[in-house]
Amino acid sequence: MDEVRFLNAGDTAVTVEFGNEISVAINSRIRAFNIALLESGISGIVETVPTYRSLMVHYDPGVIRYAALEQKLKGLLGGLDKVRIPPSEVLEIPVLYGGEEGPDLPFVAEQGGRSVDEVIAIHSAPEYLIYMLGFTPGFTYLGGMDDTIATPRLKTPRVKIPAGSVGIAGAQTGVYPIDSPGGWQLIGRTPVRMYAPEREKPILPEAGQYMKFYPIDRAEYDRIAEQEAAGTYVCKRHSREERAE
Amino acid sequence: MSITVLHPGMLTTVQDQGRTGYQQFGVPVSGAVDPRSAAVANILAGNEEGEAILECTIMGPQLRFDQPAVIAVTGADLGPTLDGVPMDNYRAVQVGAGQVLRFTGPKSGCRAFIAVAGGLDIPQVMGSRSTYMKAGIGGFHGRKLEKEDVLGLRAPEKGPKSLATRAIAPEFRARTEYTLRVVPGPQDDAFTSAGMETFLTGVYSVTAEFDRMGCRLEGPEIAHESSGDIISDGIAFGAIQVPSSGQPIVMLSDRQTTGGYTKIANVISADFRILGQLKSGDKVRFEKISLSAAQEALLAQRASLRLLRHVLDN
Repeated sequence: MDEVRFLNAGDTAVTVEFGNEISVAINSRIRAFNIALLESGISGIVETVPTYRSLMVHYDPGVIRYAALEQKLKGLLGGLDKVRIPPSEVLEIPVLYGGEEGPDLPFVAEQGGRSVDEVIAIHSAPEYLIYMLGFTPGFTYLGGMDDTIATPRLKTPRVKIPAGSVGIAGAQTGVYPIDSPGGWQLIGRTPVRMYAPEREKPILPEAGQYMKFYPIDRAEYDRIAEQEAAGTYVCKRHSREERAE
Repeated sequence: MSITVLHPGMLTTVQDQGRTGYQQFGVPVSGAVDPRSAAVANILAGNEEGEAILECTIMGPQLRFDQPAVIAVTGADLGPTLDGVPMDNYRAVQVGAGQVLRFTGPKSGCRAFIAVAGGLDIPQVMGSRSTYMKAGIGGFHGRKLEKEDVLGLRAPEKGPKSLATRAIAPEFRARTEYTLRVVPGPQDDAFTSAGMETFLTGVYSVTAEFDRMGCRLEGPEIAHESSGDIISDGIAFGAIQVPSSGQPIVMLSDRQTTGGYTKIANVISADFRILGQLKSGDKVRFEKISLSAAQEALLAQRASLRLLRHVLDN
């Protein structure tokens, strides 16, 4: 394992870096460290931001100065192997593939030499690790997409992509959580709202969880969209270990 | 209890001290770009430091007060007037029903902050009243103010004490060249020593590309060891990103929570009050200081706010 580095990010944050690559092993150490930190009750921690290879720790120097914080964080690293990590949750995300909702699906199929149905099967097979959130509220950086459906971004980005759109950009896949401009190849749309300000937990996905897409038809899309509008939809989820057994 | 927007100005938004706790979900912190001036405006108006204020950029708005209110304007001098009569910055002022606050034009700085005693009647979203326009989160319907908007006010429990003496000397002064103190990192090792030297000795100009998200600078090119790209990590307020172009971008309130450019250094919190006032054409230099000195400066600044409140309220 790489040596853990403490990198100052101004006078109220430190980036604790666990490696220099995108890997599941590094990401799970970050998850363990984040859990250990939040459970430690160290005073003065304002918030933490997990990313691919580091955890950014925002703190209040009025409560804890950097030298004291670094010592405590290093103390946590020693016991990282003993941290009990709860099994990862898998969010089950229904997707209406193709049509108006996924206008680029035929292109993705054509350039990969596959049929549309094959692309849907390949895209909806894996459980994708949510490495981190960023870019816009609720946007997930997912790992684990099959290279055979990798497709370059659009040459000219679209001005407005509707919330819920599912896209592919290079070897990445993801969901647009809010209406935004963007250059991803759109293959479908989910009626599940990644961001809903009135919800107790406004953002649905969390770093460290997994996402599994499954195809639905228009009738089911409409049904779920109606439930989302009424605030009664509960996203299906299962524990990763349970499913493996 | 309300304010009617007669003209929104160039960019007027509701902000407070920011939305913390949601960066892990990709939600930017937002908040006042010059948090110090926002806090001072609130203290002068008798509010808590973190109360929501109006942040006005370069060309201020025209606002009609539909009932009497106590207000304070801080930060940039955008030329505030009350019914056409010049009004002091950094002073609590009693406004009568029907009076109109107008700004005649910028004299110094970039952003002014208007606090109203009692605060703005704006719902909190994820624990904050700050506006994040790009995603339509918080503030007044998630957007900048527009003509004919009516903002509710919360009635103050009691008016601020000793109104006549609630004033301080304006804290922001325009200069021909500004110095921003910085702490190196998190990717200072991605630059050559000559590149770091360039950064710490060069004079940089603020380009026309500056908004609440970031402030693009132009000046001597800062050399990387190899490239300006990294695997994305977290971005703090005041982070100085240097992409492969070698030209720095200072990240402000509406910055994305994560990003993939090398960050050579971070402006210290105590200097956000200067950073938040920079506008196109301004010249800046960077001065390296130690992390502990930066934290001392922040704590001293906070102590000065407590002292100000104590002096005004007693």
